[in-house]
Amino acid sequence: MNTSFLDYYSIQPVTSWIHEALCSVMPEALAIFIECVVIGVVIVALYAVLAIILIYMERKVCAAFQCRIGPNRVGGKGGLLQVPADVLKILTKEIIRLKNSDHLLYDLAPYLVILASILSFSCLPWNKGAHILDMNIGILFVLAASSIGVVGILLAGWASNNKYTMIGAVRSGAMIISYELSLGIIVLSMVVLSETASISGIVESQANGWNLFKGHAIAILAFVVYLIAGNAEANRGPFDLAEAEQELTAGYHTEYSGLHFGFFYLAEYLNLFITAGFASTLFLGGWMPLHVAGLDGFNAVMDYIPGVVWFFGKTFFVVWLLMWIKWTFIRLRIDQVLVFEWKYLMPTSLLILILMVVLKVFGLVF
Amino acid sequence: MSFTLLITAVLTGIALVFAGMLAARLISPRSFNAQKGEAYECGLPTRGRSHMQFKVGYYLFAILFLMFDIETVFLFPWAVVVGEVGVYGLVSVIFFLVVLILGLAYAWKKGALKWE
Repeated sequence: MNTSFLDYYSIQPVTSWIHEALCSVMPEALAIFIECVVIGVVIVALYAVLAIILIYMERKVCAAFQCRIGPNRVGGKGGLLQVPADVLKILTKEIIRLKNSDHLLYDLAPYLVILASILSFSCLPWNKGAHILDMNIGILFVLAASSIGVVGILLAGWASNNKYTMIGAVRSGAMIISYELSLGIIVLSMVVLSETASISGIVESQANGWNLFKGHAIAILAFVVYLIAGNAEANRGPFDLAEAEQELTAGYHTEYSGLHFGFFYLAEYLNLFITAGFASTLFLGGWMPLHVAGLDGFNAVMDYIPGVVWFFGKTFFVVWLLMWIKWTFIRLRIDQVLVFEWKYLMPTSLLILILMVVLKVFGLVF
Repeated sequence: MSFTLLITAVLTGIALVFAGMLAARLISPRSFNAQKGEAYECGLPTRGRSHMQFKVGYYLFAILFLMFDIETVFLFPWAVVVGEVGVYGLVSVIFFLVVLILGLAYAWKKGALKWE
């Protein structure tokens, strides 16, 4: 198996060159500090830009599914400046202090929600050598970090001292923790297939074929279960009953205003991106190009496309799939959601795990 | 290096929210109205406490979740090496899973998964 193509677009040489250049003019500690600040700025910039792109995409995709045009006034023909204008507007809205809320927990909730989302966001494999956080227990860390978010949601609902937020938070908590099980078990089955829990390792193990194709029909079934559970984790689609507008106004963030609310909104869209990003990492090979065995000319052409383009292409494809699901299916009830998870999805994902291990142990994977 | 980056990511998250809130507090308008501090419900004053009782069913699912989530964590080290350990690893974990699935089956039979 020829893997030299992997090094074409690796940014590892660039980063180590920058590090050495910085070290030659200043002490190493200061160089590391400057690099960390730059990384932090990059994370925030990526986070904000992606949120704007995702919100614009959601509006356009939603409009297309409902035979509408979508935003088309602000900023030229396509309404391109609609979302930046909304961001500016939300910045200038008053932040209300509630009389009976628990102020400490009320202010703490957005921190937890954003923290969970930033921590899992920085684990995404953007390109070869471009991981921000890469550790040998990477995917377990992502599961752990992303579940801080549910604490933030519960705090937001509890501390607002409002019945709508309380019901929304409890529903959301029950749903997110339930679907986390399916998600965790599906991730486990992909760890079994890749034989490593580090995210860069999972991507590199797919150099000779994406996991979706390696694991036969079982991997495809796992992908479907992942999409369902991931959709519920991101509080979207048919599982958005925590913020069912018709009955709970806005669910757990009813009482938040201005940018306070904006952070929940931001985290929600980024969680959609993170779910899609890990779907592309675990199943679609992350930044790996598409290779078809035997077609060497085709494979060589695919290798010329940089990894970061592959990653964003795959991720936005999965984002589009999730938006399709959201705007197609009607909202479920809480009992339907929980019973579906515990009676159908959980046993299915356990079965997928066992079948995947059987495939792996008897060497039946490609 | 990874640990430094982890701290960087944590601080970035905290700084993002802190800076955002600071900017919003500086540029957003402020006006006082006693009605603004009330709970956003239906226009009428809220009746009773908002931290009310909720369905016990949510607790049952949370307890079941605890059991299975810990199981997932236990399975991670096994999942990394199962390709090398082979059939022996598969069979020994099946015993572990059977005990858990028996637990789920018991909860199911007892009606813990029923929503009424």
